[in-house]
Amino acid sequence: MLLEEAKSFIGKVATPMVLEVEKGAIKKYADAIGDENLLFWDEEHGRNSRYGSIVAPPGFFGWPLKWKGTFVFITRLRDEFMQRMAEIGFPRLLDAGMEYEFFSPIRVGDTLTASLEIESITVKEGKRGTMLTCINKTSYYNQFGVLVAIARQTSFLS
Amino acid sequence: MTRNQLYWEDVAEGAELPALAKTATTVMLVKWASVSGDFNPLHYDLPFAESQGIGKPIVHGQLKRAWLIQLMTDWIGDQGWLKKFSCQFRGMDYPLNMKSISEPEEDKVTHWCKGNVIAKRIENGEHLVDCEIWVEDEKGMHTTPGTATVILPSRQG
Repeated sequence: MLLEEAKSFIGKVATPMVLEVEKGAIKKYADAIGDENLLFWDEEHGRNSRYGSIVAPPGFFGWPLKWKGTFVFITRLRDEFMQRMAEIGFPRLLDAGMEYEFFSPIRVGDTLTASLEIESITVKEGKRGTMLTCINKTSYYNQFGVLVAIARQTSFLS
Repeated sequence: MTRNQLYWEDVAEGAELPALAKTATTVMLVKWASVSGDFNPLHYDLPFAESQGIGKPIVHGQLKRAWLIQLMTDWIGDQGWLKKFSCQFRGMDYPLNMKSISEPEEDKVTHWCKGNVIAKRIENGEHLVDCEIWVEDEKGMHTTPGTATVILPSRQG
């Protein structure tokens, strides 16, 4: 019964989020990683590259399903999900891994629309009891409607 | 940072990728919290980390993910394309504390990002290279294993 409750979240989609790809945000992101790649930093280098401008590193905006205070629209689904999971006995969440498919470059000035779906929830019986594996799929489209990337993030709930 | 472009023909199966050194510090984790939006105090608040049974703050899994992506983009150069990427967060990693506003308590590398070429193939006209990649801690533990597939330019055009 409880697991059916958990599985009722499969296929739920968060309110799409619109992300503006700002130059300063790209540079801060690269700086936080310690990444000095000129494609992310240098405008002249970007102009002369095959992209024609500074681009965002792969994985930029990789995680829109996050904590309160940042991406509030999307965290509504997360908050509802986490609250229900805690109520049915899975209060702990562990970030287990990340998977990406990259299709097209993300340039400075692009506007991305990120759409997050709870793609799957599976039950695993482990040494420490029952665990849930939840996969969140986020699809990123640019302002031309082109799918630029898909991210899949795996969480373990126990 | 401008390097010679890597071509598909330059890559041999079994070859090692140039390793990427990282020094994780508490300052680095605060910066990552800011750009990623992950403000879980587990990553910067010692009493909170202790209360969670972790002992001390740990490196964000998603920051290690970003390091591994840098390993790939550094290697493939401006003409390469990271097509697929995955990593799993298997083990905890710890940052160095700071002894001054700019210097960590020890001057050393805490983590290495590494990889090997597993296979080369041509599919739908794309010159692909499949790699296994990982983040390695000071004990040699692979805390964050993963895989990556890249498209490289070909000298044949």
